[in-house]
Amino acid sequence: MILVVAEYAGGKLGKSTLEMMTAARECGREGPITLLVLGQDVAAVATEAAAVADQVLVGDLPALAQYNPEVWAAAVTQIAKEGEASTVLIGGSRSGREYAPRVAVKLDAPYLEDAIKLTASGDALQAQRYTYLARVTETVEASGPVIVATVKPGSFAPAAPAAAAGEQFDIELELPASRTEITGKSVEKTSRVALSEAEVIVTGGRGVGSPENFAQFVEGLADNIGAGVGATRAVVDAGWRPYAEQVGQTGKTVQPKAYIALGVSGAVQHLSGMGKSKNIIAINKDAEAPIFKVADYGIVGDVNQIVPALIAASKK
Amino acid sequence: MKILTLVRQVPDAEARVKVSGDRVDLDGTTLVIDGMDEYGVEEALRLREGDTGVEEIVALAVGPKKVEDALRTALAMGVDRAIHVETDERFDAVALSKIVAQVAGSEGSDLILLGGQEADWDSQALGAASAERLGWPQLTWTNELKVEGETLTGRHDVDDGNEGFKVNLPAVITAQQGLNEPRYPTLPNIMKAKKKELRKDDLGSFVVQPGVKYLGAEIQTRARLNKMIDGKDPQAAAEQLLDLLRNEAKVLA
Repeated sequence: MILVVAEYAGGKLGKSTLEMMTAARECGREGPITLLVLGQDVAAVATEAAAVADQVLVGDLPALAQYNPEVWAAAVTQIAKEGEASTVLIGGSRSGREYAPRVAVKLDAPYLEDAIKLTASGDALQAQRYTYLARVTETVEASGPVIVATVKPGSFAPAAPAAAAGEQFDIELELPASRTEITGKSVEKTSRVALSEAEVIVTGGRGVGSPENFAQFVEGLADNIGAGVGATRAVVDAGWRPYAEQVGQTGKTVQPKAYIALGVSGAVQHLSGMGKSKNIIAINKDAEAPIFKVADYGIVGDVNQIVPALIAASKK
Repeated sequence: MKILTLVRQVPDAEARVKVSGDRVDLDGTTLVIDGMDEYGVEEALRLREGDTGVEEIVALAVGPKKVEDALRTALAMGVDRAIHVETDERFDAVALSKIVAQVAGSEGSDLILLGGQEADWDSQALGAASAERLGWPQLTWTNELKVEGETLTGRHDVDDGNEGFKVNLPAVITAQQGLNEPRYPTLPNIMKAKKKELRKDDLGSFVVQPGVKYLGAEIQTRARLNKMIDGKDPQAAAEQLLDLLRNEAKVLA
């Protein structure tokens, strides 16, 4: 079986889960596709999951109320062993990439990390993945009775529902106690569309000038066109914007239909987080800024003059 | 407490990456200690300076001969001694974690510090895989860390925000931006580092096989339109851009 571990947020199945389902259907590995839902009070997620998978295994337990890498790794490993999984697909999120290596070690399986493409080649599984700050695309291969892979968000089209809904089964799990105590959590809240889901993103860099200008121009334009808001590391380090908005090597990786960079110079660390966007639009005073090399459309000019005009014109 | 810091050597972020045949070609590229690992080394030094009972800080690197330079940098920053497992073979993180776990065991380490993501292979797996082999808990993407006795407290980034944590040693911590500002080695410390122990451990003393084969590498660049609009007249530029986004790129309604 191909075991896919569902990702969800706010009681809804995540887009990344549907993307993993496409990877599972198209990779050419044999066996029924099983979605594993772990958590507490996840009945609604399991029902959504049943629409896309051959079968859904539901671990709905108080012990799974709080994500923990050791607990998740134990649960996934147990199910992979019991179901004799040939392939285990885990989301390429921060949490996925921190417990997937544990699953690979527990199963004594090779691990293909952050795959953008997965193709069976005989008994082996080949993956493509980005390296060197997403400037190089590498092809890697693993073989063995079971292979663990994480799937990079945004790399596969979301799967459509299957012809018939899959059956749901409740599972029993033997779980270790978490050894990490969570002492307080601050959840990033935004009234806008999440960066990982946004089709259009407006990002501001230091060239915007000030936190006030950021609110007026970057957020102003984003709200006007229904876009998500991103920020560069420089802007986050300066305390203008929360880390949640950071795009780049140490922030989020995004691939929207349109990425509008305002006052962003385009350091390699930033490009590694947005360079795969379908359309890149850059507005910057500095004609030599590296962002223009990767831009489809560029305006050399002052953000503080051009963006108000853009906001006004887009209202028409 | 004994700390093991893991050190990797990567191209300078500003260096141009080139591919020859099916491999990334690092000939003539400036190589530096991975910035994310540097946060780990710095944090180890700060924990010791904070008088938290750090007995020793050891740096470990696995890689070709030139990786010595990265270890010397760590020694010059203040690490006590270094261990180099020399090999030209490329090991994936899950394989490499066997070496890390074995060294941590023989060194009696209580805390492993390393970078959250590799600047060259973009992997985030080594900390977690090492923790699993040792049976230790792990905290990734840590941006605040304190030690009191056997207890680590701090904050780290998670999927949907940032979390405070409390965990007992031994543990693996992966570092990131914001944890600290790494020091520059001073000249006297660079001189002193030359006299510090840099031990060579034979790869043969570890039972390790790569689990992943590397078949090829290529630089895929997406062709960009590079349509430039003159911004001298903001109004006209804005209208022209909107028209292109609506009618050519079709990304705006």
